[in-house]
Amino acid sequence: MMLDVRSLDLHYGAAQALRSVSMKAEIGKVTCLVGRNGVGKSSLLRAIVGLKPVSGGSIGWDGADVTKMAPADRARRGIAYVPQGREIFPLLTVRENLLTGYAPLPRAQRSIPDEVFELFPVLKSMLERRGGDLSGGQQQQLAIGRALVTRPRLLVLDEPTEGIQPSIIKDIGRAISYLRDKGTMAILLVEQYFDFARDLADDWVVMERGEVMLSGPRSGLDEREVRKYLTV
Amino acid sequence: MSAESTLLYLDGVSVSFDGFKALNGLSLVMMPGEMRAIIGPNGAGKTTMMDVITGKTRPDTGTILFEGDTDLTRLREAAIANLGIGRKFQRPTVFEPHTVWDNLELALKAPRRPLKTLTYAISRDDRARIEEILDITRLSALRSRQAGSLSHGQKQWLEIGMLLAQDPKLLLVDEPVAGMTDAETEQTAELLCSIAGKHSVIVVEHDMSFVRALGVKVTVLAEGSVLAEGSLDAVSANQQVIDTYLGR
Repeated sequence: MMLDVRSLDLHYGAAQALRSVSMKAEIGKVTCLVGRNGVGKSSLLRAIVGLKPVSGGSIGWDGADVTKMAPADRARRGIAYVPQGREIFPLLTVRENLLTGYAPLPRAQRSIPDEVFELFPVLKSMLERRGGDLSGGQQQQLAIGRALVTRPRLLVLDEPTEGIQPSIIKDIGRAISYLRDKGTMAILLVEQYFDFARDLADDWVVMERGEVMLSGPRSGLDEREVRKYLTV
Repeated sequence: MSAESTLLYLDGVSVSFDGFKALNGLSLVMMPGEMRAIIGPNGAGKTTMMDVITGKTRPDTGTILFEGDTDLTRLREAAIANLGIGRKFQRPTVFEPHTVWDNLELALKAPRRPLKTLTYAISRDDRARIEEILDITRLSALRSRQAGSLSHGQKQWLEIGMLLAQDPKLLLVDEPVAGMTDAETEQTAELLCSIAGKHSVIVVEHDMSFVRALGVKVTVLAEGSVLAEGSLDAVSANQQVIDTYLGR
């Protein structure tokens, strides 16, 4: 069971952002998607979760073709998205933000898993605070917690360390390795912070100019080759 | 460095949004006819830099001088545009229902008061100027085509042509090659190189093969100020630049 993206094309108007992109993400692994600004990383994530229609190719998940499926239906099939910039609801409380993760769940599964508070204890102590009053790092933890409420089997994270203090980056790193080691979900991580990505990556996907330049398990890829695509 | 003889002079420019310092003591000098590539990671201040030059955002502190003596921080956007500073945003914005020729004619530098506009008739000089721009932008054969039917790259060239029609002293160009094919990217580098010299050009771009093809001085921005400046080879060997790009 895995994410299987094949020959994906994506356009903004006449401008092409993805060119025949193929990649995979497996359950129990962290797949790190890296590349400089503007190479198409976020566009690929938006295509996978269904926020941006593609112009060609296919997205397979869990044996089904989800290429044309609505985002809500993909969420019901276990795809969860932690967007860049977090996009928590600033006027809702932390608890209410977490409860929005119930939307794709059948009634019987509607609870907040204990692991959300085990991974991010700060959320428990701030349940009645408004999301907008949290620090950037706490908001990021909330956004990941909200995604975990949906019981994902594919967790898609877009730059979770961006603009976040080092101590919380460590917490987020620990949370990602814990979730990987559970072996119940595939994790697709977009990161600009190379050392953070390297410590977590089981597989690399490296993009440039809307195309995949390198991909494969970390054991088979030279770190210097990966870095070449990130620096100037 | 004194501002005399410079085209654009930024000294100690800072801007904050809600406590976030988008620009933090940015200093940058452009000479007449120079082309410069600006690179930097997300949030480095590239867009804010263009906003303060064009008057879209007012700096909190710092000096911005055009041609050595015009204080841009006191002028409105339209006045700055009339001084000869043109800006091209990332997305192509041409008049899609009009032809390539008409787009350029509409963009020509000319008196724009109502009566002048109503009684406008194209002059021999105007025609020659449009022909020249069609030639530079390689759109001569497409002059009668509707702009909306052009390829993405051609629309970007047309919009650069529309900036040229205003005869600017300084062009600010934001990520021109995003979404272009390799061949279009190469041609865009040639196009910009051919207009530098007559005009000064600031290009913001992430595409390193394109920046290399421009072959000009590169300024690396990070956290709102200049991290490094020099040839692409020099800045790419700079350890601080490497660390910044690796998010350290």
